[in-house]
Amino acid sequence: MEVDPSRMPIRSDAPPREERGLGARAARIDRWTLLVVGSAVLLALPVLTVFVAALHPAGAVWRHLVDTVLADYVTDSVSLMLGVGAGTLLIGVPAAWLTGVCEFPGRRLFEWALLLPMAIPAYIIAYTYTGLLDFAGPLQTALRETFGWTRHDYWFPEVRSLPGAVAMLTLVLYPYVYLLARAAFLDQSAAVLEVSRSLGAGPWRRFFGVALPLARPSLIAGVSLVQMEALADYGTVQYFGVSTFTTGIFRVWFGMGDATVAAQLAMVLLLFVFVLLVLERLSRRQARFHHTSARQQRSPRLPLRGQLGGLAVLACLIPLLLGFAIPAGVLAVWAARTAPRVVDERFLQLAAHSLLLAAGAAGLALLLALLLGYGQRLRPRPLVRLAVRGAGLGYAVPGTVIAIGVMLPFAAIDRSVDGWARDWFGVSTGLLLSGTLAALLFAYCARFLPVALHSVEAGLTRIRPSMDDAARALGATPRAVLWRVHAPILRGSLLTALLLVFVDVLKELPATLILRPFNFNTLAVRTYELASDERLADAASFALAIVLAGIAPVILLSRAIGRARPGQ
Amino acid sequence: MTPFLELIDLDVAYPTHKVIRNLTLRMSHAGIGCLLGPSGCGKTTLLRAIAGFEPLRHGSIRLEGVELSRSDWTLPPERRRIGLMFQDLALFPHLSVADNIAFGLRDWKAAERRARVTELLKLVGLEEYSGRYPHQLSGGQQQRVALARALAPRPRLLLLDEPFSNLDVTLREGLAREVRTILLREGASGLLVSHDQFEAFAFADEIGVLHQGRLLQWDSAYNLYHRPADRFVADFIGQGVLLPGRLGGEGRVSTELGELWGTPPAGCAAGEPVEVLVRPDDVVHDDASPLRAEVVDRAFRGAEFLYTLELPSGARLLCLAPSHHNHALGQRIGIRLDIDHRVMFRQGNGEGDDAGVRWGRLLAQ
Repeated sequence: MEVDPSRMPIRSDAPPREERGLGARAARIDRWTLLVVGSAVLLALPVLTVFVAALHPAGAVWRHLVDTVLADYVTDSVSLMLGVGAGTLLIGVPAAWLTGVCEFPGRRLFEWALLLPMAIPAYIIAYTYTGLLDFAGPLQTALRETFGWTRHDYWFPEVRSLPGAVAMLTLVLYPYVYLLARAAFLDQSAAVLEVSRSLGAGPWRRFFGVALPLARPSLIAGVSLVQMEALADYGTVQYFGVSTFTTGIFRVWFGMGDATVAAQLAMVLLLFVFVLLVLERLSRRQARFHHTSARQQRSPRLPLRGQLGGLAVLACLIPLLLGFAIPAGVLAVWAARTAPRVVDERFLQLAAHSLLLAAGAAGLALLLALLLGYGQRLRPRPLVRLAVRGAGLGYAVPGTVIAIGVMLPFAAIDRSVDGWARDWFGVSTGLLLSGTLAALLFAYCARFLPVALHSVEAGLTRIRPSMDDAARALGATPRAVLWRVHAPILRGSLLTALLLVFVDVLKELPATLILRPFNFNTLAVRTYELASDERLADAASFALAIVLAGIAPVILLSRAIGRARPGQ
Repeated sequence: MTPFLELIDLDVAYPTHKVIRNLTLRMSHAGIGCLLGPSGCGKTTLLRAIAGFEPLRHGSIRLEGVELSRSDWTLPPERRRIGLMFQDLALFPHLSVADNIAFGLRDWKAAERRARVTELLKLVGLEEYSGRYPHQLSGGQQQRVALARALAPRPRLLLLDEPFSNLDVTLREGLAREVRTILLREGASGLLVSHDQFEAFAFADEIGVLHQGRLLQWDSAYNLYHRPADRFVADFIGQGVLLPGRLGGEGRVSTELGELWGTPPAGCAAGEPVEVLVRPDDVVHDDASPLRAEVVDRAFRGAEFLYTLELPSGARLLCLAPSHHNHALGQRIGIRLDIDHRVMFRQGNGEGDDAGVRWGRLLAQ
């Protein structure tokens, strides 16, 4: 395609054109550039810290770790990744094909309901199924009572195990694969499928021979996302006693008090994440080429009747029941039983903590996202782009790693300020940053900024540069353009960004556990504590509050996929 | 009398290259003009410079005698009262049709604003759509809203950046005519940027041909076709071939098709090789003529055939013949020249090489 330089956007508050080119005088640093790059570096600080800390020479603890448990961490983490990847494919792809291309009873309902498991954090579904399925749980008790068995008379799968963790994570993470696979199937040109049909391919061959290979890049992207989430999980694997990197980091950090080794473990975890990230990016890029052409007449849905229709309903109903209906139902029953005892002033205080923290983090992340998004629009130079991309990587970084990356530099700052104050004034300043809400908010921003940034950028791309120019030509000053054109168009995206970060912070567990101020509790932390004390029924009210909040973004998402249906 | 729009010796540049070079253009009075040129010729940049979005490297832009831009100063776009209509229309998605049109009328009194919006809705025939949002309109309707919005504040000049190019070819000319009618009814001046000559012919009274940042000719459509000032213009506007010949005395040129006469190119002495522009309508099919040429290609155009003919020397001609003259490939037919406007160029000067390639392609079609 020919690039017409005259179509490049220019805005009046941008510096003269010659300073905006690739090479020419790019060294000139203006306020916007400085602000954007500065914020981005700050947000990348946790990851950079982990890099630097991991460079320390390996001490005795690390060697001990290598000799004893490192192999376990690797095998358990890899098994978890592979298991969850396979599981989510097995559930997500058929569900996507069925709801995207076929017609069967309840299809419209399943289309969005299949997203509901996203509302449940993995650790909560783990607690719920443990309560339901372990030896003292209602299921095994009922079995024993019915058949008169005692403990050693029967075999029952152990929930609290690696396969159990795989199952739990699969049940709440398959929607990622479902969403991406569905989008891929819907984007596939109807013509390609019709051509294969005219060449004599039946429905099975159309699926395995054409649709599935075409969707492969999207599936890889989906599975990579799922595996990143699986690697980042702490609540489930910790509860089930699975030795992954995240549990290892906690053990080294709290058990052995060795920050360097924790950072080194975090570094290894980051390497895994990095591979997945590259895989995901590459597949997404490839996926674009695989989308033959959009905006076409869709071929009519393939009707499934009789037994096939029944199977289709089952394939969609089972993940919905196991991933949402049963755990949410169980939580509701437990909560109904324990709420009168549990929901007291303390509960409300915790809820208030969670809400304030989530709202604060969401507001802060939104401001930063606006700064980065707008900065990038005003100064589209390579340095700014790179900085914004860098700041956007946080979402791939597990909360545990972020927490360590925040903890180390903040502690170092505290130490040096304290030492300096003692030397000069003879007073100890103690901990200024560590263990404060500021540290926690900073960690949330570093981790969840990309969520907000994504929404803001999506909103900004809808405002074409010609809209700015049109408004200017109609007599609006640059500031008026911002208020009269940008703000109203962006409003929806900004609200979405706020909501998404809000809910993510509400659900977040490991970073909160590590960084929260002493005696400061949130809904998520309290759920974790009660579950650790085997008070699963008591945890239900806290968990249910988180799940209910989590449904809001699912609704947003389901509306978005409803709108994105081509040809409507 | 002060000219309406003056562009004096403009240079507009990007870091890597100059886009507009020493361009001078005078639109003597308000009216409807067009800048025509192939993509990448700098026409959109020129438009944006007039609107105030591109600073000048050199030169000056004046509208009704008042300076708007010079090399060290640019009046901001919002203070120029120059309307702009974009290729992608750039309608505000969050505003209704009426609010889009009223966007530029912020400083007007409410009653006047309402009256103006109503007037424009009527002008573009969208009275019933005032409450709709852009995404609820068809492409043609969106086009009208964009036009009404640009016209609402009564701009002194309306700039149109290829606003029809995303429409179907069959619709373009019609819409260009319609917009022209609306501009005339509003008494507004317009300057269109286009790469489509038929669109330009339908829309503008005067047309400027732009090539590689230079203005080659500013003239009426008729003159651009029949009296091109330049080989590039001759090539870009319409079809035709350049027939080689040798200049004799008193403007006589001897060619393979006999002796022609006309105004020789400046500085061309007798005996020098020249080229004569021969349009397809200059070559008349005449069975009685002793001049013969072989049909090497033909395109059926309904009412007529466009024949590509080869002369014994290998030179080629285009000939437009009524479609009942049905000749097969390879047939030798009689032709005769009937040229009203003899245009000559010195052989192989200026853009000659470039043009030569294009001629070859034209003939190969």
